[in-house]
Amino acid sequence: MQLDDLYRRVIMDHYKTPRNRGKFDNETLTVELNNPTCGDRISLHLVIEDDIVKDARFTGDGCSISMSSASMMTEAVKGRTFAEAMDLADRFSCLMKGEPAEFDDYEDIEALSGVNKFPARIKCATLAWNALKKGINEESKQ
Amino acid sequence: MNAELIKEQFPILHQEINGHPLVYLDSAASSQKPKVVLDALKHYYEWDNANVHRGVHTLGSRATDDYEGAREKVARFIGASHTEEIIFTRGTTTALNIVASSYGPAVLQEGDEIVITQMEHHSNLIPWQQLALRTKAVLKYIPLQSDGNVAPQDVEKTITSRTKIVAIAYVSNVLGVVNPVKQIAEIAHRHGAVIVVDGAQSTPHMKVNMQDLDCDFYTFSGHKMCAPTGIGVLYGKKHLLESMEPVEFGGEMINDVGLYESTWKELPYKFEGGTPIIAGAVGLGAAIDFLEAIGMDEIHRHETKLAMYAMDRLSEIEGITLYGPRDREVGLITFNLMDVHPHDVATVLDASGIAVRAGHHCCQPLMRWLQVNSTVRASLYLYNTEQDIDALAKALIQTKEYFG
Repeated sequence: MQLDDLYRRVIMDHYKTPRNRGKFDNETLTVELNNPTCGDRISLHLVIEDDIVKDARFTGDGCSISMSSASMMTEAVKGRTFAEAMDLADRFSCLMKGEPAEFDDYEDIEALSGVNKFPARIKCATLAWNALKKGINEESKQ
Repeated sequence: MNAELIKEQFPILHQEINGHPLVYLDSAASSQKPKVVLDALKHYYEWDNANVHRGVHTLGSRATDDYEGAREKVARFIGASHTEEIIFTRGTTTALNIVASSYGPAVLQEGDEIVITQMEHHSNLIPWQQLALRTKAVLKYIPLQSDGNVAPQDVEKTITSRTKIVAIAYVSNVLGVVNPVKQIAEIAHRHGAVIVVDGAQSTPHMKVNMQDLDCDFYTFSGHKMCAPTGIGVLYGKKHLLESMEPVEFGGEMINDVGLYESTWKELPYKFEGGTPIIAGAVGLGAAIDFLEAIGMDEIHRHETKLAMYAMDRLSEIEGITLYGPRDREVGLITFNLMDVHPHDVATVLDASGIAVRAGHHCCQPLMRWLQVNSTVRASLYLYNTEQDIDALAKALIQTKEYFG
């Protein structure tokens, strides 16, 4: 097992200097999710206008995989329509299953491809993305 | 005792994980099984397997003898006065739930008290939480000392004449403290309460005696003491178990079944509805034989010595935080390494073949008390050696370098 498959430089960079960490004064909604088996928690803060994710930030506590994934997700999702954001999330699910997925629009995400070789850590990587899907589903209903 | 020779008897421990010899430091979650236990299971299924207590045929008699023989071994192992005080369950969780759901509602009035601590495993916490909510009883917590110990004077202050049930772990699965159960039992009894002891982390590692501890209920799991998963024990004082209603109804547990009412078998069968966990009990019996042949005091001495060695080695690592008291009586070491997340620590250790647990260890309230979200836990058993600890210390230093 190559640890470097999991902890690539890009991941450590997002973990140590996370992008979009924090909250907004004018956020549309906050989605809170936790992983009950390990205690990781994330709060995803979204600013939404006309079915577009205008801005995204996160707060929470978790391992390098969950936090770097949240950092990348919030970077990638900014300015996307709901349909685009859901497509991005679907592509991320493929990546976690070891299926082909392209991220030409935000290549950092591909650094997480190694996670699928570590079954115990997939839930860490998907936490922030599940929060995104939950948030969009909630907003779409309204 | 020679841990190297004991290790020889555990087939699973002789393999490589990620190119390194397996170092198994997660026995508090589940222990490994010696060959004699695996052989006993195989023998049971190849020669004696049948349902118990009903077949007239030879296999039915053999299976019944095997099953009841295991009950006698358990009774002797924990010093029960009567064999029928031993109820076989799926594990500690089920055993605690039987007490909470059968004994609890029968004795609690609104405003009565259930007393527990913040160090309890979820399985010795949520059943009482639920019971308190259902019966409008008050759930009270004995405060913990700053190092995690329970002080008898705090027990005295918490238990009152309205306390009906005191539930506590003999050994904490996180802090590695041994609670003064005997003293707590005496205080509980003085106030007319019963004491329920979670023995999941004590029974595998030290000699326990029901007469000495004088606890009213005692519970433990087989899989943490060299036996298979799916078998555990509820011990209860005979007069208490006799006064209690069954919680599961069906075959095996009945005396006479009418169209509208039925009566129950005597102890222990009224609590063992359905086909019991026969092979599991056989495995538990074999595990007890195995542990007793080595000696529980020997095992306890070995683990305590090894735990002290681990505390010494790990405390040399700069940036490590060790939780719980400095002096160890059991082989549980819980820690964090700088601000590296426990999941990341466990993943890096696994890459070196070392198995530890990372997370909240089914103790979310205790994690809050420690003011952490999660921790790493290394837990020892009779097959662990100083080399295992050395491998852990070395890998932790590498982890630090990796994330530093």
